[in-house]
Amino acid sequence: MGLISDGTTVFDAGAMAAGLGGSMVFIKKLTASSSATLSFVDGASDVVLDSTYKEYLFTFKDIHIQTSAKYLSFNASIDGGSNYNVAKTSNHFRAYNYESDAGRALEYSTGDDLAQGTGIQHIGQDIGVNNDDTTAGFLHLFNPSSTTFVKHFIARTSNCVSTPTAQDAFTAGYINTTSAVDAIQFSSSSGNIDAGDICLYGIA
Amino acid sequence: MGLISNGTTLLDAGSLDAGVTKGALTLIKTLTASSDSTLSFVHGSASVVLDSTYKEYIFKFINMHASDNDGPNDFTVNFRDGGSAYDATKTSSFFWAYHEEDGSSTQFGSAGSNDLAQGTGTQPISANPGNDNDQCVSGTLTIYDPANTTHVKHFMATTNSTEEGDYSINSYAAGYCNVTAAIDGVQFAFQDGTIDTGTIKLYGVT
Repeated sequence: MGLISDGTTVFDAGAMAAGLGGSMVFIKKLTASSSATLSFVDGASDVVLDSTYKEYLFTFKDIHIQTSAKYLSFNASIDGGSNYNVAKTSNHFRAYNYESDAGRALEYSTGDDLAQGTGIQHIGQDIGVNNDDTTAGFLHLFNPSSTTFVKHFIARTSNCVSTPTAQDAFTAGYINTTSAVDAIQFSSSSGNIDAGDICLYGIA
Repeated sequence: MGLISNGTTLLDAGSLDAGVTKGALTLIKTLTASSDSTLSFVHGSASVVLDSTYKEYIFKFINMHASDNDGPNDFTVNFRDGGSAYDATKTSSFFWAYHEEDGSSTQFGSAGSNDLAQGTGTQPISANPGNDNDQCVSGTLTIYDPANTTHVKHFMATTNSTEEGDYSINSYAAGYCNVTAAIDGVQFAFQDGTIDTGTIKLYGVT
C-alpha cells in the first residue's frame, strides 16, 4: 500500500518516494575498535558505493590512533575490496599553529602528496596519542562509478598534532582510473585506529 | 496508528520509522539578528539541541552585517564548556586568500593575529567586514562531537567576507577546543558593535 497526498506519492513499496526526505542520505557508520582498517565496500554490510549517487561524503569523528605522529589515510579499490592499490595523483597543504604559540605556517607538504602512487593517501596529519588527541573532518568522493573519467576527491581534516599543534590539512586529487571505484578503505599509516567513527553519506 | 507499506513500517507513533531512508541533515534552529551584540545557541534553550544527539553540527551564517566599520572587526565564535561563560580554551590556525576590488592587491597566507594558542577569547572566523549596506559575511562552521568528554572538540570554518577596504577575503579557520568537558553552547559576535542583520542556522548531521 502506498500513501498519496494531493496526487504526490509520499510512500510506496516500503520506502519514501525519491526526492523526499532530504538530499544527504546516511548510508553507513563504521566504529573503530583497535581496527587495522575500516572498509566501505559496495554491496557489503548495507554499503552503497555505486551509481546510486554521484557524490559520496565520508565524515570522521574522534579518530584516535594507536601510534604517535601517524596519518589518517585512505586507499581505493576497483575489485570489490580485494586490493586497495589504485593510482592516485594528489596535492596536500596545511596550516598549523603550536599550542605554545612557538610557530605557525601555511605550507605545501611534499611528503603527503602522491604522483601516480598506489599506496595510501594521507589526509590526517601527525596525530598525537594522548587520550584526548583526535582527528575530525571529511572526504568527498565524486562519481566513483564513472567508467569514463578519473575520480576526484577533496578532503579537509583538523588534527591534534603530537607536538602539540592544531593543524588544518587539505588534500585533493584524483584516483587515476576509468574503472569504477567500488570500495574505500581507511587506516592509520602505522598501527591501528583505536577509536572513532567514520560515516558514509550519499548526496542526491 | 501506523502506516505499513509492503510489510515495512513507515510511520508509527507519530514519527518516521528508523528504517525509512531520510535526510541526514536536520535543521535545528534559525536565529535572525536584529542589532544583537551576540547570537547564542545554547543546548536545552529555545529548542536548541547541541548534545550527543548528533556527532556533527553545522552552522551556516548568511549575510551577517556588522554595525561597525573600524577594523579589526572580525566575525567570531566562542564556545561554552560548563558554566555560563564562553571561554573554552582553543588552539587554532587561520589563513586567508584575498583580492582587492580594483585588482591592486592580493595575498595568500597565515594570519597570525587571528589564530589562538591556548586562548580563551573569541576565535575570528572571517576578516574585518565593512558596514556598507551591501557588505557582509557568509560561510559555515562545523563542530565535531561537542558532547564528548574524552577528546578535544575539533571545529572548522570557511567564510567569505567583503572587507571594509573593498576586498574579497576567503578565510579558513580550524582548531580544537582543548577541553574534555562537553561544549553545550556556541556564540557568534563581531569584535566591535552589533550584528545588525543576518541569519544563522544550526543543523545536526545524523
